[in-house]
Amino acid sequence: MKDLTNEIIELIRRTSSNLPKDVEDRLRAAVEKEAPGSAARGALETIMKNIELSRKNSTPICQDTGTPIFRVHYPEGWSARKLREQIRGAMAEATKKNFMRPNAVDAVYDKNTGNNLGGDDFPSIHFEEVDADQPLTIELMLKGGGCENVGRQYSLPHNELGAGRDLAGVRKVALDAVQKAQGQGCAPGILGISIGGDRGTSYIKSKEVLYDKIGTRNADPELAKLEERLTEESNQLGIGPMGFGGQTTVIDTKITGLSRLPASYFVSVSYMCWAYRRRKMVVRGEEVEYD
Amino acid sequence: MREITMPISDDVIRSLKVGEPVLLTGVMVTGRDAAHKWMIETFIKKTRPPQGDDEKVYQELKKLLNGSVIYHCGPVVAKDENGEYKFLAAGPTTSIREEPYQADVMKHFNVKGVIGKGGMGAKTLKGCQETPGVYFHAIGGAASFIAQSVKKVLGVYKLEFGTPEAMWVIEVKDFPVVVTMDAHGGSQHAVIDSSSQEVLDKLLREPY
Repeated sequence: MKDLTNEIIELIRRTSSNLPKDVEDRLRAAVEKEAPGSAARGALETIMKNIELSRKNSTPICQDTGTPIFRVHYPEGWSARKLREQIRGAMAEATKKNFMRPNAVDAVYDKNTGNNLGGDDFPSIHFEEVDADQPLTIELMLKGGGCENVGRQYSLPHNELGAGRDLAGVRKVALDAVQKAQGQGCAPGILGISIGGDRGTSYIKSKEVLYDKIGTRNADPELAKLEERLTEESNQLGIGPMGFGGQTTVIDTKITGLSRLPASYFVSVSYMCWAYRRRKMVVRGEEVEYD
Repeated sequence: MREITMPISDDVIRSLKVGEPVLLTGVMVTGRDAAHKWMIETFIKKTRPPQGDDEKVYQELKKLLNGSVIYHCGPVVAKDENGEYKFLAAGPTTSIREEPYQADVMKHFNVKGVIGKGGMGAKTLKGCQETPGVYFHAIGGAASFIAQSVKKVLGVYKLEFGTPEAMWVIEVKDFPVVVTMDAHGGSQHAVIDSSSQEVLDKLLREPY
């Protein structure tokens, strides 16, 4: 099995400093929607300058390089244990190179480990085995603390919001989450919503949907419709870039449905900031491709 | 655009209004969760006795913060072969976490401005009126861009809190911010919160 530590360091560099094109395109389109001279427009213009500068200098787009969340699809016969070691080694090295801020803090003793390695769960790595003839893919998402803090989980029914156990109820709690987030999750944001599951799987899936590109819709037409509606209605709230007030609060919404217990109906809303950092590497034999 | 040099006088602070873009120049200090908790517990509420270099740092901070600005920021910092620090990425962190502490820290140290993102609440807004001071909003996530206005790292205190939580003393030039809470009780955040709540209430009443 090939050692991929250096290739994974490169994946981390790209993820931290080079925003995906689909995100950048949406943000650029949002600039024109704000009034010239407005604080909202100024914020978006600064964001665009920052995107270019980070890419040019290989410096982090945001100083909060976030929780590193890896998703690995490995062909049958590869060792997940060795891949984990390589990912952890790459993470420590990428931190030394300042592609990442030291971000792993022991919650009990308040000690920053200094290298982004903290116990078995930091960085967070999910493994999935695929057939032996499939390539190895490693995806990385960096999710900052500001947007993570404004994520919400609702247990339906929610009487205060008049939200029952159906898609109408999902719409209500999702809009409530966007209003409560205000600009604190670094709007304009992207919503990852999962319906069902237990509390744990529900939150995990609400982030997993964020690995998909902007504009990809759920295959279920009902959910696809709700995704578009939520983006449009979130923008009616007028919170705007950074919460300054303005036209664009959310640039995309992604929804996934899970199984649930008869007794439970959870809706989890993960808010992703505009610095929507996700990248992917695909390994076929000796060849490594980055997306 | 209006250019302001730190330390800032009360007159200048009172002349600032919500919505005004400003470029800041001079010396400021970063401080976020651990720093605010430490300042409050050790020197303001005195529920924890000073330890190690606490007292010495306190005396220096009193001079540095008087008339100056606290920046809610946990930077990415490089150290070169000569031991010199350089900020590579230095955008604002979410300010509301300092809401329990901010007004008391402003008053105690005569801090004239707080830079962060997302705005702060009623207690800090009252602190802005009393000190007087303002809240400056920087662009969240624009870390590489903002780091360019940090010209020099003059020193660091409490590095034992970790790189993001340490108090970095920095010299900045034309640091871009927008006033979103002023010394007259104005808050852009309170305005947007209430207008978006009205729209939400309307949307919640609409049929699916």
